[in-house]
Amino acid sequence: MSGRPITEEDLHGYVDHVLPSDRETEVSAYLDAHPDAAARVAAYTQQRIALRAALAPVAEEPLPPELDLARMIARRGRPQRMNWWTSIAAAIVLVCAGGAGGWSLRGPSAPREGIAAVAREAAENFAVYGSDQSRPVELRAADRAELVNWAAQRLGRPVTVPDLTTSGYRFMGGRIVATAHGPAAMFMYDDNRGTRLVMLARPMAADQNAPMTPHAQAGINGYAWADNGLGYSLVGPAAPETLHPIANEVRRQLSRQI
Amino acid sequence: MKDMLRQIEPLIPALRRYARSLLRDRSAADDLVQDCLERAVGNWSQRKNDNPRAWIFTILHNLAMTRLHRTVMRPRHIAIEDVQEDVYAQAPSQEDGLRYRELLQALDRLPEEQKSVLLLATVEGLSYAETAGVLDIPLGTVMSRLSRARERLLKEMDGEHSATVAHLRSVK
Repeated sequence: MSGRPITEEDLHGYVDHVLPSDRETEVSAYLDAHPDAAARVAAYTQQRIALRAALAPVAEEPLPPELDLARMIARRGRPQRMNWWTSIAAAIVLVCAGGAGGWSLRGPSAPREGIAAVAREAAENFAVYGSDQSRPVELRAADRAELVNWAAQRLGRPVTVPDLTTSGYRFMGGRIVATAHGPAAMFMYDDNRGTRLVMLARPMAADQNAPMTPHAQAGINGYAWADNGLGYSLVGPAAPETLHPIANEVRRQLSRQI
Repeated sequence: MKDMLRQIEPLIPALRRYARSLLRDRSAADDLVQDCLERAVGNWSQRKNDNPRAWIFTILHNLAMTRLHRTVMRPRHIAIEDVQEDVYAQAPSQEDGLRYRELLQALDRLPEEQKSVLLLATVEGLSYAETAGVLDIPLGTVMSRLSRARERLLKEMDGEHSATVAHLRSVK
């Protein structure tokens, strides 16, 4: 016996089997002499067993394919980092099938209308193009005029490219992408550390004007809003507190142009 | 990276369980685990923590907290009645199933910080020191939260039990 008084921590340690064996013996002797403490420890022990049993089935479920670590590691090793295999597959099918075909791919829980849909489309496109190392944009920054023209043609209205240099992001270029709501303009930016941001813009059927709303999807943060019939979302892996002022700046610049 | 696969892959079921217990939503929890694993793959070589389990639980916990605290498109608190039946997988027998369901509902009513400590120390089997590291809190705080979580959960279950008994008596 060490003679050290038994503490509350010892009792919990006893329940969780984390005590050194000599201390465990001491606690055991203490509990024999103190029925109140023993009752409490017994109740904690029962609770521990029940909690573990109640949650055990979750850990016994077969793993879904997207949690295949070996595949994630393999993907990482390739020159073209393709994160989010499913998004890419969905995008390829969308591009092939065109906007109309895209409807059939939409999950029942996916937001169908309004800026929630823009937010999701922006996050999906970020997932596909934001991780692309070889050709993230179709037209580079140098071809800005051509890109703006292309966007205006496909969207049926002028779209301006926001300048984010004051926020530390360079304009990389962009492309027209497919969404379930028709073509959208996608502009991409990066900073000195290679962190990319994507802004998506497309005409809105619902939510012609909508206040700025934050959204998050699998680690991608974004802010979506709509002004005068055009919906926008700025997305990226940056923290919301970093992204929010940039989104405000984008909105300020865009509203000035109209 | 072989190294990583060997050390992290066996932890994935536990990561799913922790994520689901916190988010109470199967697909959101799996998304979170996926995000966690992607980050782990990206940062494996730069990690400073030489305890892979504590390291990956830290990543997961931080992602879960970020998600719980800023999710806007999804209501932050889902009433327990609205949680799909299969969020936690089915328990072995009906009687146990009922009891486990009550227990998990009581668990969901715990303050988030008590719930995390209880799950990590009790269900995931992290040491108290590892739990303190994952949650970035002092060891003393782990102990007091664990103690409060256990007491509160006992009371809640006791309360439900007495309520059931009282109800049965009044019916007689």
